[in-house]
Amino acid sequence: MSESLTLQGVHTHIGRYHILQGVDFDAPGGHTTMLLGRNGAGKTTCLRTIMGLWKASRGAIRLGSAPIANLPASAVARSGVAYVPETMAVFSDLSVRENLLLAAREGPLDEARLQWIFGFFPALKKFWLSRAGSLSGGQKQMVSIARAIVEPHRLLLIDEPTKGLAPAIVSGLIDCLKEIKRGGVTILLVEQNFRVAREVGDFVRVMDNGRIVYAGAMAELAEDPQLQARLLGLSLDSHQ
Amino acid sequence: MSAIDVGAALPRAKIEILPALTPLIVAAIAAPFIGSWSTFATLTLAGLAMGMMIFTMASGLTLAFGMMDVLNFGHGAFISLGAYVATLVFLPLAAWAQADSLMLNFAVFGLALIAAVVVTGAFGFVFERVLIVPVYGQHLKQILVTLGGSIVVEQLLYALFGPEQIPISPPASFNGSFVFGEAAIEKYRVVAMGVGLAVFVAQIVVLNRTRIGLLIRAGVENREMVEALGYRIDRLFVGVFMAGSALAGLGGVLWALYRGQVHASMGGELLVLVFIVIIIGGLGSVGGCFTGAILVALIANYAGFLAPKLALVSNILAMVVVLLWRPRGLYPVSGR
Amino acid sequence: MRLLSGEAPRGGALRALLILVFAALMLAPFLFPGAKALNVAEKICVMALLAASYDLLLGYAGIVSFAHVMFFGIGSYGVALALYGLGPGWGAMALGAAGGLAFATLLALAVGLFSLRVQAIFFAMVTLAVAYAFNVLASQLSNITGGEDGRSFQVPDALKPGFKLAEIGGFSINGRMLSYYLVFVFCVVLFLAVLRVVNSPFGRVLQAIRENPLRAEALGYRIVFHRTLATCLSAAGAAAAGALNAVWLRYVGPDTALSFSIQIDVLVIVVIGGMGSLYGALLGAALFVIAENYLQALIGALSKGAANLHLPVLPSLLHPDRWLLWLGVMFILAIYFAPTGIVGKLRKAED
Repeated sequence: MSESLTLQGVHTHIGRYHILQGVDFDAPGGHTTMLLGRNGAGKTTCLRTIMGLWKASRGAIRLGSAPIANLPASAVARSGVAYVPETMAVFSDLSVRENLLLAAREGPLDEARLQWIFGFFPALKKFWLSRAGSLSGGQKQMVSIARAIVEPHRLLLIDEPTKGLAPAIVSGLIDCLKEIKRGGVTILLVEQNFRVAREVGDFVRVMDNGRIVYAGAMAELAEDPQLQARLLGLSLDSHQ
Repeated sequence: MSAIDVGAALPRAKIEILPALTPLIVAAIAAPFIGSWSTFATLTLAGLAMGMMIFTMASGLTLAFGMMDVLNFGHGAFISLGAYVATLVFLPLAAWAQADSLMLNFAVFGLALIAAVVVTGAFGFVFERVLIVPVYGQHLKQILVTLGGSIVVEQLLYALFGPEQIPISPPASFNGSFVFGEAAIEKYRVVAMGVGLAVFVAQIVVLNRTRIGLLIRAGVENREMVEALGYRIDRLFVGVFMAGSALAGLGGVLWALYRGQVHASMGGELLVLVFIVIIIGGLGSVGGCFTGAILVALIANYAGFLAPKLALVSNILAMVVVLLWRPRGLYPVSGR
Repeated sequence: MRLLSGEAPRGGALRALLILVFAALMLAPFLFPGAKALNVAEKICVMALLAASYDLLLGYAGIVSFAHVMFFGIGSYGVALALYGLGPGWGAMALGAAGGLAFATLLALAVGLFSLRVQAIFFAMVTLAVAYAFNVLASQLSNITGGEDGRSFQVPDALKPGFKLAEIGGFSINGRMLSYYLVFVFCVVLFLAVLRVVNSPFGRVLQAIRENPLRAEALGYRIVFHRTLATCLSAAGAAAAGALNAVWLRYVGPDTALSFSIQIDVLVIVVIGGMGSLYGALLGAALFVIAENYLQALIGALSKGAANLHLPVLPSLLHPDRWLLWLGVMFILAIYFAPTGIVGKLRKAED
C-alpha cells in the first residue's frame, strides 16, 4: 500500500557538471524522509532526477517495485508521483481553481478533498477565482502544495516549501504536512529549515557533494547537536 | 454554491485595458488626417476585416511558439498552400461560385475553407514530425530548417501549379458592397470578418472553457510543470501546431479571395506582417495577437490612404514604438 | 595566414582546396578568359566577403539576422547614387562607398542597441521585417533610387570596359580586368580583416557569449558591447561587399542589391560551408556560385530530357527556374547531416 522510494547508484550529469555522484538511499514507504544538506549539495537535482525532469546517467530508481528511472516526467507523474518544485511553478495566468483543476487528472475536483484542503489553506477558498499570479508568495506555495494533494499520490517530492515564508505561514505548512502524512503517502522533503525538518520528518538523509553522507532516523539526529553541526555545518538554532 | 462551480465565469483576471485600446488610439490619431467620416469609416472597416484575416493566420504561430518555443519560419508556406487548395475547389465548382444562389455560394466557399484546413492541417503534421522534431530546443537550427522548408514548399507549389499567378474570385453574392450613406464596405470583407471573428471566439472558448485549452495556456507558461503533472505535452503540441497550420491555410484562402489571386510568394510576404503582429501582441498570447492584428491592419489601411509609400514602414515604426513601451509585447505571457 | 589569424587552416585537404580557390581567383582573368567566367569569379569574391561577414554574426556571435542583405544594398546604393549623382570620378566612388559604409554601420548600431530590449527570437523577426521594409522603400522611392528598374551609372575611366592600359602576352589589361582586381584585392583584404577579428580576443569573447551568455556575463564581459560591435563590423563588411559589387556591375537595383534571395544564398553558403568557419564561407561561396552558374544549365538539360520522355512532373521539378527547390533540399539536408558543413567534413576526414 505505502511504497518506498529507492535509489541505487544514481548519477546525474548536467552538461559538463557531474552533480549526483552515486546516490544511494531509500525513503521508507508511508513515512516522511527529509533530504538535508548545504546549498549546492545536489538535493534539488536529486528530486528532479527522480521526477524524470533530468535524466540519470546511471543507476536505478524504484517506487515500490516499479522502476521509474529514465521515464519521461509525465510517465513518472502518472505512476503516482507529485512534485512541488522549489520555484513553486504556479501557473500565474490561470486562476487558483484552474491550477487545481489541471492537477486533478482523474476528472472533476473532489468536493470533500477540496474542503479538506481549504481547511488548512483558507486563502485558497478566498482567492479561488483570482489569477494565481496575483497571490502572495505564501499563498502561491499553498497553491503548489494543494496541487500535489488534490488527488492521492503514492509519492510526494517537495522542494523547500518554507523558503522565504513568514513564520506564521510556516506553522500552517507544518500542520498541513502532518495532516498529509496521516494518509500514508511517502514523502521526500528537501528543507533548509531544521525546525520544520525535525517536526515533520521521520527519517533523515543528508547529502554532500552529490552523495549521501548520513542516513538515519530523525529522532537520533535531533538529539545530537554535535552531529548536526558536523553534517549541516551550523547548529540547528541558527536555522529557525 | 459549491466551491467547485464548474460553470463559473472566466477567472476574475485583471486584464490590462490600455494595450487593448491602442487600435482605438491609432484610429483617433488618424481620423483628423483623413478628413471625411465616410472615408474614415470605409478605411476602418476595411482595416477590421484585414485584421481578422491576419489574426487567423497569426494566432497559430504565436501559440506554437508560446508552447514549445518553436518558431516556424515556414508558416508562410501554409498560407500559400491553403490558397492553392482553394483554387482546386473553386475550379471544378465554378458553376456554384457563379450561381445566383446564396446557398451554393456559401457551399463552395465553405468547401474551400474546409479543404484548405484539412490539407494544411495534415501538412502541418508532416512538417512538424519530419522537419521540426529533430531540432527541438535548438532555436538557430529551427529557424534555418523551417526557412529551408518554406523555400522547398514554395518552389514545389511553383513546380506543381506553375509560376504565374492564378486568379480567383469570391462567389457571386459576395461581390459588391453594403453602403451606409457615403461609407461602403465590400460584402466579401464582411464575410471575412465573420469568419475571423468566429475563429477568435472559438479560440477563446477552447482556451478558457476546455481542459485542452487549460493545458495549452498552462503549457505556454511552464511546459515542464505541465509534464510534471502527468500530461504528454509533446502530443498536445503536435495538435496545436496542426491547428496553427490549418488556421494559416484558412487565412490564406480568405486573403487570396480578398486579393483576387493566388501566388506561392504571398505566404512569405504575409509572414512579415504576421511576425510584426505576433511581436506586437506578445509571443504566446492570443489576445495580444488579436489586438496586434487589428492595430497593424488599421495602420496599414490608414497609412495606405495617407502615405501609400510608407505603409509597411509605418508598421515597422509601430512595432518599434510598441517594443520600446512594452519590450515583451502588448500582452506578454507570464514566465517568458 | 598564420601571421594574421593565428588559426591556419587545419588539415591538408582543406588547405589544398583553399589554396586552389585562392589561386584560381587571383589568376582568373588569365586562366578563364571570357566574360561569364570572370563574372563568376567576381561573384565568388563578393559572396565570400558577404558570407564571411555574415558568419561573424551567425557562426561566431550566434546571432541570427536577416538584415545582412539590407547592409549589402546600402553599400551598393551608396556607391551607385554617388557615381550617378556626382559623375564618374574616383572621389565620388570613394565618397559613395564611405557614405554607404557609414550609414550601414550607424543603422547596425541602432539595430544592435535595440536588440538589448528584445529576445533573440524577436531580433531575428525584427531584422526580417526591417529588411523587407527597406526593400519596399527602395522600390518606392524611385526618384532617388530608380525604383524597380534600378540605376545604371558610369564608373571612373580606368574601370570602364573600353579602357585599355596595355597588352601583355596576348592578354589585354583592360578596364574589366582592373575592375576585377579592385574587387579581388579589397575582398581579400577585408576577408583577412574579418579573419583577424574572429581570431582575436574579441572574437573569442564573442564565441564565449554565444556558448553561455550567463556565464560570460558573470565573468565580466559586456555582452551588449560585444554583440553590438559584432553587428556593426558585420554590417560594414556587407556594405563593402555591396559597394564593390555595384562598381563591377555598374548597376544597382532591388533585385541585385536587396533581394531576399541573396540573403537566402548567404545563409545557404554559410551553413553548407560550415558555421563558425570563415574558410567554410570561402569554400561555400566558391561551390555555391559555380553550382548556381553551371549546374543550373545541367539541370535544365535534364529537365528537357525528362520532357522529351514525357515524364509527368519531373520536367517542372527540374526546370532551371526551380533551382531554389534543390538548393532548399540540400540546405535542409546539410543542417541535419552536416551541421559543421564542408569544412567540418574535411576536417573529420583528416582525423
